[in-house]
Amino acid sequence: MYVCMYVCTRTSAIFLYPLHPPVASPISASLPDSMGTASSVLTQYDIEGVQQHCHNLFSQHEIVSLYQRFCQLDRNAKGFISADEFLSVPEFAMNPLSQRLLKMVDGLNFKDFVAFLSAFSAKANMEQKIGLIFHVYDSDRNGKISFNDILEVLQDLSGVFMSNEQREKVLVQVLKEAGYTRESYLMLDDFIKVFGNSGLKMEVEIPVD
Amino acid sequence: MDTPGNLKTSISELDLDRPNIEDYLPSGTSIQEPLDKLSLRDLLDISPTLTEAAGAIVDDSFTRCFKSNPPEPWNWNVYLFPLWCCGVVIRYGILFPVRVLVLAIGWIIFLSSYIPVHLLLKGHDKLRKKIERSLVEVICMFFVASWTGVVKYHGPRPSRRPKQVFVANHTSMIDFIVLEQMTPFAVIMQKHPGWVGLLQSTILESVGCIWFHRSEAKDREIVAKKLRDHVQGADNNPLLIFPEGTCVNNHYTVMFKKGAFELDSTVCPIAIKYNKIFVDAFWNSRKQSFTTHLLQLMTSWAVVCDVWYLETPKSETWRDSH
Repeated sequence: MYVCMYVCTRTSAIFLYPLHPPVASPISASLPDSMGTASSVLTQYDIEGVQQHCHNLFSQHEIVSLYQRFCQLDRNAKGFISADEFLSVPEFAMNPLSQRLLKMVDGLNFKDFVAFLSAFSAKANMEQKIGLIFHVYDSDRNGKISFNDILEVLQDLSGVFMSNEQREKVLVQVLKEAGYTRESYLMLDDFIKVFGNSGLKMEVEIPVD
Repeated sequence: MDTPGNLKTSISELDLDRPNIEDYLPSGTSIQEPLDKLSLRDLLDISPTLTEAAGAIVDDSFTRCFKSNPPEPWNWNVYLFPLWCCGVVIRYGILFPVRVLVLAIGWIIFLSSYIPVHLLLKGHDKLRKKIERSLVEVICMFFVASWTGVVKYHGPRPSRRPKQVFVANHTSMIDFIVLEQMTPFAVIMQKHPGWVGLLQSTILESVGCIWFHRSEAKDREIVAKKLRDHVQGADNNPLLIFPEGTCVNNHYTVMFKKGAFELDSTVCPIAIKYNKIFVDAFWNSRKQSFTTHLLQLMTSWAVVCDVWYLETPKSETWRDSH
């Protein structure tokens, strides 16, 4: 019965749509031990590999859904989404932190794309979410956040609403109250300490049909 | 000027959507409610903005407008599958050849009348244009027949008046053909390559169509001028513009581009809705070429659509609603 169904859906797809030329799977490009089959369909094997890579923070349905979205954004099936393809989403381009995020997501293959988004899963814990925020601030990837790093993010967010002097003053004052100085560097542990136990609401729902 | 010791602000939880740093504006620009002080944690918390960005990456309303939903296969049981097979045989084996024949006949008739008229009546422009217009109408009717198109027109037919512009939603290139078979319109289209481009430069020229090239920068002013001239001329076909600028999947509309509304003329809207049960007429130009799209239409049962000629709203409300 199930074989019959499978055969029917496959053949109906052939009749309803002209055959697309086989597309190299973006998963095969990133999984060194994959079968290397040229298909644009996710296999169970691929899904499990991706799930493992994102520490099981997404269900298999969500990964399939994300794959459809990935293919939708990746227009010429290159296996990654380029910066201008991200910017073609108006709601993303309007976001004040879009340039910083672009540096993190530009050119990611599907596995890493899912890993990036896994911090936004409902199952992600505080550390994973804080880790992502830390990486957004730490644009030069040296593992520590300086006064200027925070100032740059504030600049992105507040734009024309505040002058540079106002921003600096605010930051110096707030850092002083928390026990840091202008010259301090914040590590990931400091970040975790600052955020403490207060909840962090950073969740995105993956639309699953 | 604020002194560092007097920095107070309201808590960001009032408005998670906005960056909380806005509460730090100097007095006079925001309502200062002295609650707790701004903590480092709140300052560093960019999670609302990040959540919005991730939400946009995962799903956004603009891309949804261009999604072509694959039809669900309904032929998966023992009873329906043979019926579906019969359907395929009828569609590909009987209907398709008949339609190709109809289309071929249509083209033969059209070309054999159009070319002589075009060459012989060079001098009598008015008469030539009239005949060419009716011939274009005829070939459009043949096209529509070749997909077994069932088109229902609602509303008053557009009359030829100067300073009148028609706007319609855009699902596929066939929108133009469906509208053209009822009334000759002049369209503004992008110049396409291939056989479509050939059609554009020869036949559609006679109906008064205007071409533009998306990639050429100077093109805009030239085209804008051509549009204005066309609209002023009383003898020209009414101008049809698709203000969405691209093909959308007939479930949503995309925000209109304003060019159509700056021409200083009355705007008459037309709505085209395709019935999805028969065929999904959305031409996803990223996925299919126009030829493939036409072939898909010709091997389906029918193209059923409704065309509504709508009333012209007052110009202010039109601009506001879009």
